[in-house]
Amino acid sequence: MNDEYLAELSGVSKRFGKVLALDGLNLDVRRGELLAVLGPNGAGKTTAISLMLGLQQPDAGTVSLFRLPPQRLEARRQVGVMMQEVTLAEDLRVREHIDLVGHYYPKPFTPKEVLEMTHMTPLADHPYGKLSAGQKRQAQFAVAVCGRPKLLFLDEPTVGMDVQARGLMWETLRNLVTRGSSIVLTTHYLEEAQALADRVVVLAKGRLIASGTVSEMRALVSRKRITCSTTLTFEEIATWPGVESVARDRNLLHITVADAEEVARRLLIADPKLRELEVHRAGLAEAFTELTQETTQEATS
Amino acid sequence: MNATTLSFELNGSATMPGGRLLGAYFAEAKYEFIRALRTPAFAIPFLLLPIALYVLFGILLAGSMSHGDPTFAKIMFVNWSVFGVMGPGMFGFGMIVAQERDHGLLSLKRALPMPPAAYFLAKMFMTMTFAAIIMVTLIVPALTLGHVRLSLGQILAVSLLDILGSLPFCAVGFFIGTRASSKSAAAFINLAYLPMMHLGGLFYPLPKSVQPIEFLSPAFYLDKLGLWVAGVPNLDQLPSGAAGPSSHGSPLLCAGVLVGVTLLFGMLAIRRLAGTASQKLAPTSERSVSLALQA
Repeated sequence: MNDEYLAELSGVSKRFGKVLALDGLNLDVRRGELLAVLGPNGAGKTTAISLMLGLQQPDAGTVSLFRLPPQRLEARRQVGVMMQEVTLAEDLRVREHIDLVGHYYPKPFTPKEVLEMTHMTPLADHPYGKLSAGQKRQAQFAVAVCGRPKLLFLDEPTVGMDVQARGLMWETLRNLVTRGSSIVLTTHYLEEAQALADRVVVLAKGRLIASGTVSEMRALVSRKRITCSTTLTFEEIATWPGVESVARDRNLLHITVADAEEVARRLLIADPKLRELEVHRAGLAEAFTELTQETTQEATS
Repeated sequence: MNATTLSFELNGSATMPGGRLLGAYFAEAKYEFIRALRTPAFAIPFLLLPIALYVLFGILLAGSMSHGDPTFAKIMFVNWSVFGVMGPGMFGFGMIVAQERDHGLLSLKRALPMPPAAYFLAKMFMTMTFAAIIMVTLIVPALTLGHVRLSLGQILAVSLLDILGSLPFCAVGFFIGTRASSKSAAAFINLAYLPMMHLGGLFYPLPKSVQPIEFLSPAFYLDKLGLWVAGVPNLDQLPSGAAGPSSHGSPLLCAGVLVGVTLLFGMLAIRRLAGTASQKLAPTSERSVSLALQA
């Protein structure tokens, strides 16, 4: 096994009744990276993470965390966790939650350090139950980082946060990676993955269908997006060959195309008054949609 | 295909010194107790109800009926002590475990490096601390208003017995907490708690025809042991109307039953938790990647 791999799933399958959640999945987390795990509903993201954390046992394959079985406390003492849909004890204050979980680790940050790092100092003495939804996520994040983890698992960390809080968390995550932590992030905010991730993996139907940097993922798909202001109608453009979809955003049309040059040429000919023409490579969102659609089509054909 | 378990040498960087490990247990217990104290719906009924009911029924009403009979006073004290320690054990464990399961907190704690035993020991500590406080609140009126004549050794022995005696009720509550949802836990616990209390013969003697039902209630055995420790003679020799078990039987047998109940329900609960924790994380809980957010 590679020393650079902090967590690894090798050929892992996991079934829940009739549902095959993971199907021979190979997935690794490398030292010093921020790995974004993407995938549609039921792709197996949460199952993969819960296996890495030792919350479940695989039906087949091997799981390791810091080269140990993840059930071992010695492995989990190097890990911080922020899970979805968790309610911490409502009567304890934020500082107390940090203090309590810090006691599980050999060399945690002090509560003061954690509060400063996660911008939670003003809320330190608030009972968890009195916090807003976004503040609760911030408190859970503080609990996740308090043990000075080498590897941090964050499952949808910024759900419910306002823009400012999300920005502060992104800043903290970048700082943690700079200081040597590795992070596994599942998110449905694709711009979050695009902004933070060193590497992206896409899961669909329990299998890994793509892996690479954000740029590599975008290069995997051929789609491009044309944006313009035109007098041509939405319906007319949608019938052109090579146009996959058209969306209107105020005065601008966003046209997703397979062959950008051909459609751009036709637009310029058809509308001499065309303005604000821009051609973009596919973003992570388009790449993700295309990759997962392909997998669905393969599965149903 | 079978799952393979990996085995590697520990890299040594994540070991906990003994002192820190002990600190983890202590912190878990401390915050469990703080949580319970800050939950008025839990703390107030379980701290105030035993003393209020004991003074009203066990001292004022029963005292006037028994004309100051010292044996009767002892019986009342022991019976109400058992009542006092049952509640925190059953509700403290049952409600909190059910809630923590539903709220995902138990899964989070399993994922975090919390020493596994800390979870149970903290709740046991919380329950036993509550039981100790309840015992103090009962001893004071027992000695002042209730004319209970017990030696210091007997008072300490009954207290220690009842504090430890809260553990079988913890185990039963724990078992219910691993099976019921947070919304239904209180109802299920009451379904066990009320019959256990009334059919254990704590408040009134059961008719002879249904007395064997007493054997099903752990409260019956704890009460028996308490009466034995308090030096109450065999109740068959008492005048009719005395609430309590019909005879002491073997203290060893009573202790054995209580230990057995604790182990049986504790193990069933742990087994249940091990089996269901992973099901909480089935893939249905995963969020979809919203197409709207891709725009």
